[in-house]
Amino acid sequence: MDSQWTQFLAGGLTAGSVYALVALGYSIIFNASRVINFAQGEFVMIGGMSAVSLVATGVPMPIAVAGAVVIASIVGLLLEKLAVERAPRADVVTLIIITIGASIFLRGLAQLVWDKAIHPLPPFSGDQPIAVLGATIVPQSLWVLGAMVVIVAALSWFFGRTLLGKAMLATSHNRLAAQLVGIDVAKVLFASFGLAAALGAIAGVLIAPITFTSYDVGVMLGLKGFAAAILGGLGSFAGAIVGGLVLGLLESLSAGYVSSAYKDVVAFLIMLVVLFFRPRGILGALQSVRV
Amino acid sequence: MFASRRQDATNPWWASSRTGGIALLALVIALAPLAISNNYFYDVAIIVGLNAIVCVGLNLLIGYAGQISLGHAGFVGLGAYGSALLASRYGWPPLAALVAATAGVALLAFVVGRPILRLHGHYLAMATLGLGIIVSIVISTEDGLTGGPDGMPVPPLALFGLVVQGERTWYWVVGGCLLLAVWLAQNLIESPIGRALRALHTSEIAAEVAGIDSARHKLMVFVVSAVFAAVAGGLTAFYAGFITPAKASFLHSIELVTMVVFGGMASTFGAVVGAAILTVLPQVLTLLKDYEMVVFGALMMFTMIFLPLGVVPTLAGYWRRGAR
Amino acid sequence: MSALRVERLSKEFGGVRAIDDLSWQLHPGTIHSIIGPNGAGKTTLLNLLTGVYVPSAGRIVFDERDLTGAPPHEFAAAGIGRTFQNLQIFFNMTALENVMTGRHLRERCGLLAALLHAPRLARAEHECRERALQLLRFLGIEGYARIGAAAMPYGALKRLEIARALAGEPSMLLLDEPAAGLNPTEAQEIDALIKRLAAMGTTVVLVEHNMRLVMGVSDHILVLDYGRRLSEGTAEEIRADPRVIEAYLGAADPLEAGHA
Repeated sequence: MDSQWTQFLAGGLTAGSVYALVALGYSIIFNASRVINFAQGEFVMIGGMSAVSLVATGVPMPIAVAGAVVIASIVGLLLEKLAVERAPRADVVTLIIITIGASIFLRGLAQLVWDKAIHPLPPFSGDQPIAVLGATIVPQSLWVLGAMVVIVAALSWFFGRTLLGKAMLATSHNRLAAQLVGIDVAKVLFASFGLAAALGAIAGVLIAPITFTSYDVGVMLGLKGFAAAILGGLGSFAGAIVGGLVLGLLESLSAGYVSSAYKDVVAFLIMLVVLFFRPRGILGALQSVRV
Repeated sequence: MFASRRQDATNPWWASSRTGGIALLALVIALAPLAISNNYFYDVAIIVGLNAIVCVGLNLLIGYAGQISLGHAGFVGLGAYGSALLASRYGWPPLAALVAATAGVALLAFVVGRPILRLHGHYLAMATLGLGIIVSIVISTEDGLTGGPDGMPVPPLALFGLVVQGERTWYWVVGGCLLLAVWLAQNLIESPIGRALRALHTSEIAAEVAGIDSARHKLMVFVVSAVFAAVAGGLTAFYAGFITPAKASFLHSIELVTMVVFGGMASTFGAVVGAAILTVLPQVLTLLKDYEMVVFGALMMFTMIFLPLGVVPTLAGYWRRGAR
Repeated sequence: MSALRVERLSKEFGGVRAIDDLSWQLHPGTIHSIIGPNGAGKTTLLNLLTGVYVPSAGRIVFDERDLTGAPPHEFAAAGIGRTFQNLQIFFNMTALENVMTGRHLRERCGLLAALLHAPRLARAEHECRERALQLLRFLGIEGYARIGAAAMPYGALKRLEIARALAGEPSMLLLDEPAAGLNPTEAQEIDALIKRLAAMGTTVVLVEHNMRLVMGVSDHILVLDYGRRLSEGTAEEIRADPRVIEAYLGAADPLEAGHA
């Protein structure tokens, strides 16, 4: 029994790290524009699939990873420039449909560029299972967790110390005030899409060796990543991390102890519970409506 | 609160009049068979009609009341599977099964609607999305009951002893149901309840202050739209003789919302047009095989960016400007 | 007998006390004004009196009914109508439909009757339309009846909001800056309108900065400052009250201050 829960713990943290990265992408874009980017999951897919293609051409893994991230970032930037930017006064429903349309478009494109098959990605450092605290995990899991820690540190530095990062933070707190102090919020939005796409791609590349990847892997990951963002608090960066990890753990534990057939339902049940009882999530800020 | 669209209150008579529009629709339905030559086209027309019934109800929720549901296919699926299960597994008369399944869906919508409709904007969208996905996962997973991802067979519909079968018969059944749905929806829109919905779409606070119980009205229209969806789902099950979880999927929910928004929000006939175009289009696109998703996605983005009011109101706008 | 009684009413937003321990009474059929510097809590008080805000403490009793904490539509059902400082017109409807919507409480309509377009409903709708037209005539804007509200000029919209509020046949009408943005002639017309409403028995409460209007029309004035009652009384009493002069009207003659 003891080794079982550590096994679930390890699996949950691994999946949770991926959800956290996807959730970060949602929060970053939401903060810059109040848009929920339904295509976020597709960045994950593009990351994984691009890496698979690059590796197949013989490129060494680190270059493939970097290349995949760059490709996804470009797609993200294009999405912002060609779709989102052209509908500046659109309301919630319109924006939702635009980004959903984008996600369908990207999935269709992926189907054409690649195919409908499932593709494995070679693990970063072999697939010899390691025993940790009674659980058996693959080295790739350590890569996922490690990468998450590094990314959190890098983002903290980015938001705290760089001009662009601080501008993004400022925009997320108060868009109008940010504009008034001279921040180009259009550029912030543009950069947000690129950053969110990069984060999604990293998640995709990290998880592809474990769960494999295919043209439609982004749908569920995108939705669950969003559930994680809501759980942690939409718009909160720390919340995205917390939400992702908590969601991964809850999902893994319930699959192990309650019912594995309904594993996918857990994320959405949690999302509904949060939305019904505490819409701002664990770490989100209260929003007041002024009349 | 999200920004509301400014709608032109003076629609041309043929776009919003209860009698004019319904008469036109009845004419189209009556005359279309002259242009239809084979069963395949009848099948497409029937699917259009069934989607249109859902969209007319969904339009009341999205276009008039200003709410959103990204999980309406869940109601369609529950209506379909509910009817199918009662009729095949428990041997109920098909019509009774349809009525009972619809009542069940109405009850679910009533229970779930109260807490869900306290949310607004994105949060409401995601809550309905979550609900729809949970329904579709449950349907897929409980394969002992529902046949799982492979689906289950459905006995045919029998009305007063006569079995309803064949594309041509179903065409008239669905056509009649669509006319009924449009009539009911238009009646609602032009009643004080319809005004209350339009009011709370624009300014919930002003509506409340005028005495409108906004929570109750939102719940009412949510349940009504769920009923339309459930009926359409049940009819789909009986028509096809077979149902799969795809009818309850997230993708189908998105298709339905796109039909409503594409056709034109706050326009019952826009919802019908949207359903027609976006049901026929994928049929056309299957000729393009692998390009279907790319074109569909691009179309969604394009119309939302350049025709944000939807096809019917935009065309009506051009018409009005041209007539000046 | 008081139409409205407010007991130790308070409203807090985070750390800010927008309304602080306010007690106040209104008598039916009279005209009251609420004045005070910006941020004094005037609109907050109106929002509390219509159920838009829920009080942090205290009670609101209208016609001997305790309405504390009730949702806005219950305040409306009790007979309180209101206009807004920032117009909350239903721009997706015509002027006539706006006023008809105001009559919502007077025109009970069940879901089934609506869906089936019952003949009883058709008659009720016809009557509602007539009443709404009457109100538009009363406010002098019947020409806009079938025009979309989005196309109406500002002055007409202000009157439309009043017509919509009156459609519910309220026994108390709250007007939030009804003269804001209007020229002196239009403000005079509002003045006359308010007097007519009071003569018909409606209790009128207005929040206003236009001192000429306030002093000319009010039976009773409440002065707020920082959410607290600074002073209360008739126009003469307020004009002479040194605290009010110091805090709000300044040293100049109040009549000359005109509108803010």
